[in-house]
Amino acid sequence: MSNSPTTPGLAAGRLAPAVLAENFTDLHPALDRHEAQVAADRCYFCHDAPCMTACPTSIDIPLFIRQIATGTAEAAARTIFDQNILGGICARVCPTETLCEEACVRMEAEGAPVEIGRLQRHATDRLMARNDHPYQRAAETGKRVAVVGAGPAGLACAHRLAMKGHQVVIYDSHPKPGGLNEYGIAAYKSTEDFAQAEVNWLLGIGGITVETGRALGSDLTLAGLQQEYDALFLAIGLAGVNALSVPGDDLATDAVSFISDLRQASDLDNLPVGRHVVVIGGGMTAVDAAVQSRLLGAENVTLAYRRGPEQMAASQFERDLAASNGVRILTNVRPVALHGDAGLREVELEHTSTADGTLRGTGETFRLPVDQLFSAIGQTLQGAPEGLEIDGGKIRVDATGRSTLPGIWAGGDCASGGEDLTVTAVAEGRDAAEDIHRALIHDSEGNLLLLQTTGGRSDG
Amino acid sequence: MADLTTNFIGITSPNPFWLASAPPTDKEYNVRRAFEAGWGGVVWKTLGEPGPPVVNVNGPRYGAIWGADRRLLGLNNIELITDRDLQTNLEEITRVKADYPDRAIIVSIMVPCEEESWKTILPLVEATGADGIELNFGCPHGMSERGMGAAVGQVPEYIQMVTEWCKKYYSKPVIVKLTPNITDIRYPARAAHAGGADAVSLINTVSSIISVDLDTLSPEPSIDGKGSHGGYCGPAVKPIALNMVSQIARDADCGGTPISGIGGVTTWRDAAEFMVLGAGNVQVCTAAMTYGFKVVQEMISGLSQWMDEKGYASTADFVGSAVPNVTEWQFLNLNYVTKAQIDQEACIKCGRCYAACEDTSHQAISMSADRVFEVIDEECVACNLCVNVCPVEDCITMVELDQGATDPRTGRKVGEYANWTTHPNNPGALKAAE
Ligand SMILES: Cc1cc2nc3c(=O)[nH]c(=O)nc-3n(C[C@H](O)[C@H](O)[C@H](O)COP(=O)(O)OP(=O)(O)OC[C@H]3O[C@@H](n4cnc5c(N)ncnc54)[C@H](O)[C@@H]3O)c2cc1C
Ligand SMILES: Cc1cc2nc3c(=O)[nH]c(=O)nc-3n(C[C@H](O)[C@H](O)[C@H](O)COP(=O)(O)O)c2cc1C
Ligand code: SF4
Repeated sequence: MSNSPTTPGLAAGRLAPAVLAENFTDLHPALDRHEAQVAADRCYFCHDAPCMTACPTSIDIPLFIRQIATGTAEAAARTIFDQNILGGICARVCPTETLCEEACVRMEAEGAPVEIGRLQRHATDRLMARNDHPYQRAAETGKRVAVVGAGPAGLACAHRLAMKGHQVVIYDSHPKPGGLNEYGIAAYKSTEDFAQAEVNWLLGIGGITVETGRALGSDLTLAGLQQEYDALFLAIGLAGVNALSVPGDDLATDAVSFISDLRQASDLDNLPVGRHVVVIGGGMTAVDAAVQSRLLGAENVTLAYRRGPEQMAASQFERDLAASNGVRILTNVRPVALHGDAGLREVELEHTSTADGTLRGTGETFRLPVDQLFSAIGQTLQGAPEGLEIDGGKIRVDATGRSTLPGIWAGGDCASGGEDLTVTAVAEGRDAAEDIHRALIHDSEGNLLLLQTTGGRSDG
Repeated sequence: MADLTTNFIGITSPNPFWLASAPPTDKEYNVRRAFEAGWGGVVWKTLGEPGPPVVNVNGPRYGAIWGADRRLLGLNNIELITDRDLQTNLEEITRVKADYPDRAIIVSIMVPCEEESWKTILPLVEATGADGIELNFGCPHGMSERGMGAAVGQVPEYIQMVTEWCKKYYSKPVIVKLTPNITDIRYPARAAHAGGADAVSLINTVSSIISVDLDTLSPEPSIDGKGSHGGYCGPAVKPIALNMVSQIARDADCGGTPISGIGGVTTWRDAAEFMVLGAGNVQVCTAAMTYGFKVVQEMISGLSQWMDEKGYASTADFVGSAVPNVTEWQFLNLNYVTKAQIDQEACIKCGRCYAACEDTSHQAISMSADRVFEVIDEECVACNLCVNVCPVEDCITMVELDQGATDPRTGRKVGEYANWTTHPNNPGALKAAE
C-alpha cells in the first residue's frame, strides 16, 4: 500500500485492505440467540403498542418479540413479513431512533428502548436462512400488472400482488433490482450482498418476472404498458438530483452516484477518495457520503449544512455516527463557489443566518481545501410520464396510492405523502397492491368478479 | 401448518387454549373480544344460585409477586364468583354461543351442596346451549367458608355425590375443577371419576398470603388494615399444577379421566408441557390478565411451529406422550453418571457457579487468578446447581459418562441400569428385587 490518508488529491487504497474490510462491517451486528433473548425480555408487551403505531408498516412488534422470547424466532419472522415483506432490509436501514424505538415506552422509563431493529433482524435472518419462501400464491387470476421500478416500493407491491394470484412484471432501468437498497443504502447497513439475496428470496413467491435494463420513457411507454396490462404501479423513486447552482458546480460530484459506485465496487481498495472531502447537505445521504468517505480513508471530511443543527434531516443518531467517525459538521454555512483550474482545489463557504424563516448569507466567507466535493441537497422526480398530476415535485396519489389517471397507481419516493424512507416505500407498495387487487377483482359497480382462493402463509 | 383443532371430551375448539373461569370470562363483552383475539374456548366465570348475587370487597382484591424487571410471577386474589345477576349471565352465554358456534363455552357453577340447588340451576344452564359445565370445587376463599368451593373439593365423598347429581340433571359433559389445597390430588380426582365426571380440570388457586405491608402490618391486598388469605396463581404455581396433572394421568384408579390443565400457563411452551403430561387442553387466566387477550396469538403460533418441527399433525398426537417418562424416585437409574462441563468460550466469568458450588455444594469448581472456572470431576456429584445459577444458557452442561468409564469421584466403573430397589444400601433391597 503506497497511499495513505494524507496522500494529496484523489487516491485509492488509502487504508490497508484489512482496515477497509473492518470499517465496512455491519453497523448494527446481528444479535446471537442469547443476546436476542435478553433484549426480547425487556419488552413489556404493551397494549396498542406505541412502537407499532410508529412503524409505517404497522408490524405487530410486541407479538414478534414475545415469539422470540418464547423461542420461536421463525414465527416472529412471519409476524414481521405479514406486514412488511422487506422486514429484512428494514431491520438494517430503518432509522429506528425516529420510528419504533423512539416510541418505545422504555425510552420514557429509562431512555434506552427495546432494540426492536436488531430483534427484527434476528427473527428475519433466522427464517430467511431456511430458504423456503414462507408465502404461497392464490390461484392464478389471469390478471397482469406492470410495476415500474424494482426498489422497495415496487418489490413490496409485486409480492403482495403475486400472493393474490396476479401475474406481475417488474421493469427497472438499472442492471440489478433492489433500487436504493442495492445502489443507495450505506454499505455498512447492508453487508454481504444482502439486497440481492433479499430480492431473490422475495421472488420465491413465484408469479413475478423482473426485467432489468428497461426504462419507462425510453423503450417503454405509458400507453404501451397500459395496453398490455390490467394495472400499472409506478415506483420509480427519485432519479434526479438537485444541482448546487453556484459558480464551478461542474466540479462537484453527486453524492448518490458516489455511494452507488461504492456499493457496486467489487474491491473498495480501488475506489478513489479525496484527502480533503466536503459534503454539502444535511440529510441521510449527506451523512452516508461523509461517513463512508472517512471509512475509505479521507483525512479530513467536513459536512456543511446551510441551516442550524436542529433543522438537519439527519437524526441525532446519524449526526453522532458522523461525529464519532471524525466527520466535522459545520452548520449555518452555504457554498457560494467552487474553485480550481485543473480540478477542484477549494470551496468557498458563506455564513448564513435565518430571520423570519428566510435564510440569508451574512456576506462573510471562508475557503476550505477540497479534493472531492459531494452534493447531497436532495433528489428529484425524473421521468414521470406525461399526463400525471404532480404535487410538490411528486406524483399525486390518494391514500390508496391511486394517481390521477385511471388504472395507474404510484408509491414510494416518487409519490406524494410519507417520508422518503425504505419502510414507507414498502408500506405504500403493499397498500397500493391491496387497492389494485380490489380494483381488479371488482367491476365498476363494485360487484365481485372473481372468487378467490386465498394466498398467504405457505404453512396455512 | 399443524392443525390445532382440539376435541376435548367431544367438545371441539379451533385450538386447545381456553380461558379459565375468572374475570376474563365474566361477561359477554370480554368473551366476544377473547374470541375475536383467537381463544379456542372459555369457561364462563362461576355462576351462583338464583337470587341476590354475591358481593365482592370494594377495596383491592389482588396482590402480586414480581421477578426481575417487575415481571409478574404470581397473582393472589380474594375475589368471589360472579357478582352479576344469574339471568344476565345466562342470557349473555346464550347470545355468545349462538354467535360463536365453533368455540367452546363451558359454564362454571358453584351452588350449595344440596341436590335441590343443582336440580334448579342445571336446566337453566342447559338452555343456554353451552357445550358443558365445570363444577367449581376449588375456590379456596370466601365461598369455602360457606360450605362451597374448596370445602366440597376437599371431601371426595361430596365431589362424587355432586357429580352424580350433575350427570343426572344435565345431559352434556361435566368437568370437575379440583383444588390443589389437599394432600393427595388423586383422591378427589378418583371421586370425580367415580361420580361419572367426563373430565377433571386443575388446578384452581393455591391458598396464600402474598405479602404483608411492613408499615401497616396488614396482609395484602389490604382492606382497611386487614387482609385475608386468597388464591395464588400465575407462573409461580405451574410446577405444582404440572405435578398434579401428571399424578392423575398416571393413576390407574382415575381410569384415564381426561384432564384440562390449568395453572400458570403463560406461553406455548407451558401449554405443551401440560399437554405432554396428560392434559387434553389448557386453561389460562393470569397470563391473559397480565398481557391481555393477544397473548393467545403467540401460544397458537408457537405451538404450531413446535408441532410442525416435531411432525405432529394434531394435538392428540402428543397429549400424554411424556407420561410414561414420569416415574418414582426409586426407579431412577443410579448408574446414570454425569459431570458438569463449562464451555470456556461461552463463560462470562461472573463466578456464580463457583460461589454456589464452593459455599453450598461440593467444592467442585475451581477458580483461577484470572477468573477461569473449571469443574473438578473428582468432586462433582452432578447436582446441577451450577447449571441452574449460570446466567448464560447452555454455558454449563451435564455430560454423561459412558458405560464402563470410571467416575473420578468414586473410582468405580459406570455400570448398567440399576436402581434403589436393588441397591446394597437399601435395607429392603432384597425384598424389592424379588
Ligand atoms: C444515499 C441514500 C441513503 C439512504 N439511506 C436510507 C436509510 O438508511 N434508511 C432508510 O429508510 N431510507 C434511506 N434512504 C431512502 C430510501 O432509500 C428510499 O426512500 C427508498 O429506497 C425509496 O424506495 P422506492 O422504491 O420508492 O425507490 P428507489 O429505491 O429509488 O427505487 C426506484 C427504482 O426505480 C427505477 N427507475 C427509476 N426510473 C425509472 C424508469 N424511468 N424506468 C424504469 N425504472 C426506473 C430505479 O432504477 C430504481 O431501481 C436513503 C436514500 C439515499 C439516496
Ligand atoms: C381474580 C381471579 C378470580 C378467579 N375466579 C374463579 C372463579 O370464579 N371460578 C373458578 O373456577 N376459578 C376462578 N379462578 C381461578 C382460575 O380459573 C384458575 O384456575 C387459576 O387462576 C390458575 O390459572 P392461572 O395460573 O392461569 O391464573 C380465579 C382466578 C383469579 C385470578
Ligand atoms: S453439578 Fe453440583 S457439584 Fe457439580 S459442579 Fe455443579 S454445583 Fe458443583
